[in-house]
Amino acid sequence: MLVTIEIDGKKVQARSGAMVIEAADELGIRIPRFCYHKKLSIAANCRMCLVEVEKAAKPLPACATPVTEGMRIFTKSRKALDAQKAVMEFLLINHPLDCPICDQGGECELQDVAMGYGRDVSRFAEKKRVVKDKNLGPLISTDMTRCIHCTRCVRFGEEIAGLRELGATGRGEHMEIGTYIEKAVQHELSGNVIDLCPVGALTNKPFRFSARAWEMRQFPTIAAHDCVGSNLNAHIGKNKVLRMVPRDNELVNETWISDRDRFGFEGVNSDDRLRVPMIKQNGQWKETDWTSALDFVATGLGKIASTSGVSEIGALCSPSSTVEEMYLLQRFIRGLGSGHVDHRLRQTDFSDQDAAPLYPSLGQSIEHLETVDAALVIGADIRRQQPLLAHRLRMAALDGANVMFLGSVGSTYQFPVAANVVVDPRCLTNELAGVAKALLKQASVNPPAGFAESAKAVQVSADHEAIAKALKGARNATVLLGTDAIHHPDLSTLRSLASLIAQLTDAKLGYMTEGANAAGAWLAGMVPHRGPSGSKGAPAGSPISEMLRQALKAYVLLGVEPDKDCGDVRAAMKAMRDANFVVALTAYQSPSLEQVAHVMLPVAPFTETSGTFVNAEGRWQSFAGAVAPQGDARPAWKVLRVLGNVMHIDGFEFMSSEEVRDELRTRVGNAHPDNKTRWHPPRPFVSVPQGFTRVTLVAPHSVDAIVRRSDALQQTTDAPTFAALVSDETARELSVREGQMVAMAQGGNEITMPVRLDARVPRGCVLVYAGQPGAEHLDPSATLTVRGI
Amino acid sequence: MSAQMQATGVALINDASRADIDRWVAKYPAEQKQSAVMAALRIVQDQNGGWLTNELMDAVADYLEMPKIAVYEVATFYSMYELEPVGRHKICVCTNISCLLCGSDDVVKHLEGKLGIKMGETTKDRRFTLKEVECLGACCGAPMMQIGNSYFENLTAQKIDDIIGKLD
Ligand code: SF4
Ligand code: FES
Ligand code: FES
Repeated sequence: MLVTIEIDGKKVQARSGAMVIEAADELGIRIPRFCYHKKLSIAANCRMCLVEVEKAAKPLPACATPVTEGMRIFTKSRKALDAQKAVMEFLLINHPLDCPICDQGGECELQDVAMGYGRDVSRFAEKKRVVKDKNLGPLISTDMTRCIHCTRCVRFGEEIAGLRELGATGRGEHMEIGTYIEKAVQHELSGNVIDLCPVGALTNKPFRFSARAWEMRQFPTIAAHDCVGSNLNAHIGKNKVLRMVPRDNELVNETWISDRDRFGFEGVNSDDRLRVPMIKQNGQWKETDWTSALDFVATGLGKIASTSGVSEIGALCSPSSTVEEMYLLQRFIRGLGSGHVDHRLRQTDFSDQDAAPLYPSLGQSIEHLETVDAALVIGADIRRQQPLLAHRLRMAALDGANVMFLGSVGSTYQFPVAANVVVDPRCLTNELAGVAKALLKQASVNPPAGFAESAKAVQVSADHEAIAKALKGARNATVLLGTDAIHHPDLSTLRSLASLIAQLTDAKLGYMTEGANAAGAWLAGMVPHRGPSGSKGAPAGSPISEMLRQALKAYVLLGVEPDKDCGDVRAAMKAMRDANFVVALTAYQSPSLEQVAHVMLPVAPFTETSGTFVNAEGRWQSFAGAVAPQGDARPAWKVLRVLGNVMHIDGFEFMSSEEVRDELRTRVGNAHPDNKTRWHPPRPFVSVPQGFTRVTLVAPHSVDAIVRRSDALQQTTDAPTFAALVSDETARELSVREGQMVAMAQGGNEITMPVRLDARVPRGCVLVYAGQPGAEHLDPSATLTVRGI
Repeated sequence: MSAQMQATGVALINDASRADIDRWVAKYPAEQKQSAVMAALRIVQDQNGGWLTNELMDAVADYLEMPKIAVYEVATFYSMYELEPVGRHKICVCTNISCLLCGSDDVVKHLEGKLGIKMGETTKDRRFTLKEVECLGACCGAPMMQIGNSYFENLTAQKIDDIIGKLD
């Protein structure tokens, strides 16, 4: 229902129940405020928003006064201005006058409002209070004397993060914001309080004292670390990205970003950036110029093609490469005559890739996740992998949705979880089959071919029944396959079962992929079995696993650190070492590339190139370079274009990255994938595995070369540890204690690591983070033997 | 936090206190257990000789299934909770407006002189703690003080000496 009100003489329709401040914001009439924030509950504790309302005896807070029919509001009358001025004076009583040394200076809401609404001199001659600073960890810096007690940060913790870490202790003059007991805040969205804090009490720690707000320029960009594609503004000073802040986009990230997207970019300014092209000669790395480097590449690849055949050349790229880069890379390799291209660096099961959808999509809009009434999330640690998707599901759960998890890492969630089944990775298909069996029984539908035989031994547990019931009973359900499911050795069965379950419950099936641009990779044709836009891949090639096993003669790597980015590090490093010619297009002078590559071409990370990421919902988001590439680095799409020209391959005449994008965009048109795949008979399910299983987790701050170089993120508790993580129960079975060394053996290899107790790990499993020294000797999710030493 | 650690935290609350807290919890709707936080803090404070440790506050948080910081907020807000050890007898002197007008300054001065400590301090023998508090709602008997669970009103130096003399 709408009511008619009048603000400062302007008549306007407002939603009944809306607060005066919302109606004014919509009209573009600015009412000063500190505690009000459109995404948080109303606290009305700062009183800065006082306005005059006709027939009201006293000024009223605009943020907490609902509009009513015929209401007349004056935001700039004498009465309103006097009230605002008085409040401002009170707020400044205890606020220090340290703007010259405050990082918030120049972008401070208090400063702005004081300029607009305050007095010019202070009448307060008494002592100001001083509050001790708190240590909130490596990301957030505090100057608590500046706090004006708006409680936005406290409400953020409670309402958005779901984890109350900050609170207001003490009373009156002694009230303080903090954690009371010193501890680092530990939430994947914690950095958002920096933006919320209207003053300089909570500021960006890594950015501290590096620039003034007015010295920096702002460029819109897109986050490059997960499949959400959060919208960002990069703040630039002295031709360097100095910080990232969120850019509002209700459809994608609302007004939030994850800590990884805020602090991860730090890696682009890392010291080990590759600044000039380098060639390895007689085992020595030598700097060179672009022309010689590109000639070297062309000659090298040409030689392999003529002596060993083009099918000896393969290319791998990071799933966070841009659409333009991938489109040109696959065209380059296919133009040479080989079909070996892949971006699925950690995937292991490719058996059903022909049945895979056009691209792995979320199957719905990101916004839609908030409205589901049941969700089954399979194989995902979403809080860490896609923090903002976890946030959307949290909103759904608070609204009463049954959000259920089935995976091999038992995370904790800051919302009611209807089921959290944590099992040995080898039993994941068995569990999912249990859910399917329960559904088939409940619906009395005939099982698809082969199901009955494979699932004969599958016991339907109470959990399975409950999950089945919740999905079936929902009007708006979704089944989501997460990153760990995609990397699972039996992805094809998981996919098949998930499709079946989605079909039986009329749920939307979605994928939450690794990297910023897995969707774009599929569309660009960066898969061996399909060309751009799902066309028949000509020539067809082998997926990464085969490519590594076949030990090709030459590899072209784009944004890949083979010892950190590949699922099977051992195979990757071996294949690269044995190859005759490895070309690395890289932003970093990585030790592993120095070992295996023959030429390193410096290419620009996402902050220094124009490009496009397609997020999980299929949204194409293009961005321009925020700064010029460092040193002699060049955008990878340009490097590939020139390489195409040097090697006389057709179709490399593009003048801009937009032209590259538009060509692909036209080919893709409005095609949308249907994620549900056809049923294929599964292998028999394992319910009680023998021996121990390794669980692999890619730490949230190890997902790509850039975040791995963010010092701030590496100092957080989410950084990976060099340890064998086991549950209490498993430790007891193994008779080992925390800190003791264990030896883990598999296929003749043995590695030792200290034990760490971790309740997230399922029984009978050992979690070893990907990328830890020695971890390459253990298969990502296979059986191993473990003994204490 | 593992279930086990939680259990050890909660174990700090003894059986009698737990029974007492449960009585308070029962007064509120089941999903609003945390409404009993003030009573629970008072109970565990008594159990612990008049003050709250961080561990006890954490135990209350776990017991009532609420965020720890929310318990700290309550415990630091109200002056009846002590976060440091106090003497056997905690003497709370009201210095708010009515008591002030009726001579609470003299009461303070007399007590401080008699016990040899300042407001907010505890005697060496740990018998007495002096604490300045706001209006305790006994303005009609101003000036007043509270010791343990009893109010003492219309105070004079003589009266204070008598009261203190009777304490162990
Ligand atoms: S720290 Fe900032 S956001 Fe939090 S209450 Fe203080 S002023 Fe508000
Ligand atoms: S913004 Fe309205 S009271 Fe703070
Ligand atoms: S002012 Fe002392 S009891 Fe009210």
